Amino acid sequence: MTEKPIQGEKRVFMTGNEVVAWAALAADAEIMYGYPITPQNEIMHYWTRLAPKHGRRFLQTEDEISAGFTTVGGVLAGRRAFTATAGPGNTLMQEALSMAEMMRIPIVQVVTQRGGPSTATVIYSQQEVTMTCFGGNGEGARIVYSTSTHQELYDYTIKAFNTAWKYRFPTHVLGDGYQSKMRESLTMYDPQARGIDMVPTEPSLGNEGTPGVDREPNHLRNTYNTEDELYDVVTNIMSDWEKYAPEIAEYQEYDVEDADVLVIAHGVVTRAAQAAVKELRAQGKKVGHFRPVTLRPIAEEQLRKRVEQAKSVLVVESAYGQLRKILDNAIYGLTTPITNFFKPGEGVTADEVVEEVNKLL
Amino acid sequence: MAKGVKLALAGEGGQGVQSVAMIITEAAYEDGREALYIPNFGVEQRGGVSVAYVQISDEPIGSPKFKTADIVIALSDRAVRRTKRYVDKNTTFVYDSGIEGVEDDLPTHAAKVLGIPAIKVAKEELHPRVFNIIIMGAVIGATGVVDLDRAKQAIEKKLGYKFEKDPKLRDLNFKAMERGIELVKKEL
Amino acid sequence: MSVAVPQMPQCWRRETKAHKFCPGCGHGLVLKALGEAIDELGIQDKIIFGCDIGCSLLAWDFFNVDTVQTHHGRTTPVITGVKRANEDVIGIAYMGDGGGYAIGSQHLVNAASRNEKITVILVNNTNYGMTGGQMAPTTLPKQKTETSPYGRDVESTGNPTQGPEMVAAITPESAYVARGTVSNVRQLKKYIKRALENQISGNGFSFVEALSGCPTNWRTNAAETWKFIEEDMTEYFKVGELKVPSKKKEG
Repeated sequence: MTEKPIQGEKRVFMTGNEVVAWAALAADAEIMYGYPITPQNEIMHYWTRLAPKHGRRFLQTEDEISAGFTTVGGVLAGRRAFTATAGPGNTLMQEALSMAEMMRIPIVQVVTQRGGPSTATVIYSQQEVTMTCFGGNGEGARIVYSTSTHQELYDYTIKAFNTAWKYRFPTHVLGDGYQSKMRESLTMYDPQARGIDMVPTEPSLGNEGTPGVDREPNHLRNTYNTEDELYDVVTNIMSDWEKYAPEIAEYQEYDVEDADVLVIAHGVVTRAAQAAVKELRAQGKKVGHFRPVTLRPIAEEQLRKRVEQAKSVLVVESAYGQLRKILDNAIYGLTTPITNFFKPGEGVTADEVVEEVNKLL
Repeated sequence: MAKGVKLALAGEGGQGVQSVAMIITEAAYEDGREALYIPNFGVEQRGGVSVAYVQISDEPIGSPKFKTADIVIALSDRAVRRTKRYVDKNTTFVYDSGIEGVEDDLPTHAAKVLGIPAIKVAKEELHPRVFNIIIMGAVIGATGVVDLDRAKQAIEKKLGYKFEKDPKLRDLNFKAMERGIELVKKEL
Repeated sequence: MSVAVPQMPQCWRRETKAHKFCPGCGHGLVLKALGEAIDELGIQDKIIFGCDIGCSLLAWDFFNVDTVQTHHGRTTPVITGVKRANEDVIGIAYMGDGGGYAIGSQHLVNAASRNEKITVILVNNTNYGMTGGQMAPTTLPKQKTETSPYGRDVESTGNPTQGPEMVAAITPESAYVARGTVSNVRQLKKYIKRALENQISGNGFSFVEALSGCPTNWRTNAAETWKFIEEDMTEYFKVGELKVPSKKKEG
């Protein structure tokens, strides 16, 4: 065993893409498969520099379809494998993610959202929410962590591997171009030193012994002959997903207890929302912020409670209503008026949130 | 300075605005402060104006980009035009006084507009190579975000290996930084 | 009356036989050749078998080997991913002409170019069988299919893909490339065996195309089927080894 990539704890100042590479190393990820696309590239750049020093591997594939499916292969071989992509690459990768959903293959995908639709910008957006949560030809039995700081990028990249292998659902770290490219400080750590044990991995293909002689062969399928067969398979997947959803769902709240106006935002936009709430509270205004950390599953019960308590809700996102759709589904039936502040493909500042909230007060 | 400083630094490729942003934010980080730096990127990064967005504060920093900056530093005609949008009534706008043809493009609603002869000083007094260090000095002079010693340490960290080979370079760089501070202070 | 016990390769899974391919389909013969090759090499415990979507998917429970059914065209990357993650296994990607030469062609081309240490076995029956007999990349000129009902017009749809020729052209010398046919199973088995040996020795990519029949969609009787494979197909698709790293090449 080579030396641990990070001994104990280490305060650093770096870009988010570098953070992801370090986090994957610290999480004992064994192999990355990837294809170049901005703003994800530097995850591969750092990984390919660091990986050989720690006995880890990398394969640059011919496209993101292949990156997705080779990652599936790596996981089936029992490795803690991951990939990273953005935008049109994420679109192509949905096919493999759909297979992972069906066959409960615990792959980890890091998404650095860029503008959309189409090639759009290589810069930033929150427009890959719907696709990352629901991109396949299925129900969306996936787990999506939406990060907002470099510390969270580090924490949740490590956590994503454990969530994936514990529950066997494809697990996504949903970042964005801002988080990829910006530099800020964080504390990197050896997970074990913080009492985080990596969930052990196991091969689905290539176990010990001769199949049919020493053991049964593993025959993994995703094609079924009858409606009934498929019904059972999907019902089982979704019943597991629903069973685990409450323990997987994560959220954060800021000054929500007595809030008249509740700001809901996720990912990097929560930073603007948090700053806005702080400023408005300093002026004595009753404003709070609910931030879903997992977009899939969403912390439905808590969200409903806070929305019901508020007199007015402001949904803020760098997309045209992709978060809003998830929220609507979760808060169906509540009558609190909701106002949208949508900035597809553009960043949101605290000043803008303050301005929007003031219109509602 | 509890509220922190927002700085937009813009220039042509090769003028070193990104490395200035990087050294300053690293110095602030080493100083135990919150620092966030994000470059503009995108298709624009090839052949366009290079912009660095820097925030330094004593509190956690909100969104990585901002609407208006406390300090804008523009180092070319295109940079002046590009960064006008980050100016409001509280902004100090610093530009190189050697830039021609921007008289009509300078912001009229800024708190202060300062022209400094950084390009000229680099060329005539010091060395064109240390132009970006003069600018770094100007940033420090205008904001006080990091103190001079910390900034020198940050440069030492970045370029120390070069200074080992040629100690004169160290003096040149430190001189450049001090000149940058002076240039701004004189105008403030 | 004596019941004839069919000769099955050792690594076939008896519980799942008789297999589900149409009467007269060539897949069973290709899988027999593959099964015998696995037996002779004694590598049943090392095989990871990936099957594509299309008629190939019916092979998902065919062998007593660990098997994964993938997506249409995506078996090459899945097996590549497995092999890159675990070099001790022997990875086989099993697919049809549509999976290999159309929807998955970029994977085949790039896996070959990278000289991935995997074995691709591609069954060429000149049409999309599972979906009901549409034109495939390998459909012969003037051949009638559901989407070329007046016969394949090479002016508007191009010429049939010469897969092994392409793979041979883009792989390094250490690759193995051959085209066999179900009308000569002994030879096909030999090719598949050499392909697997090439992977076992860590040489590089190995690729075997097997000419095969699809009487259901061709709407041919037994004699017509064999005639089409042995005469029409082999006239266009030359049987033989195209690339042999060692000196085993046939004269």
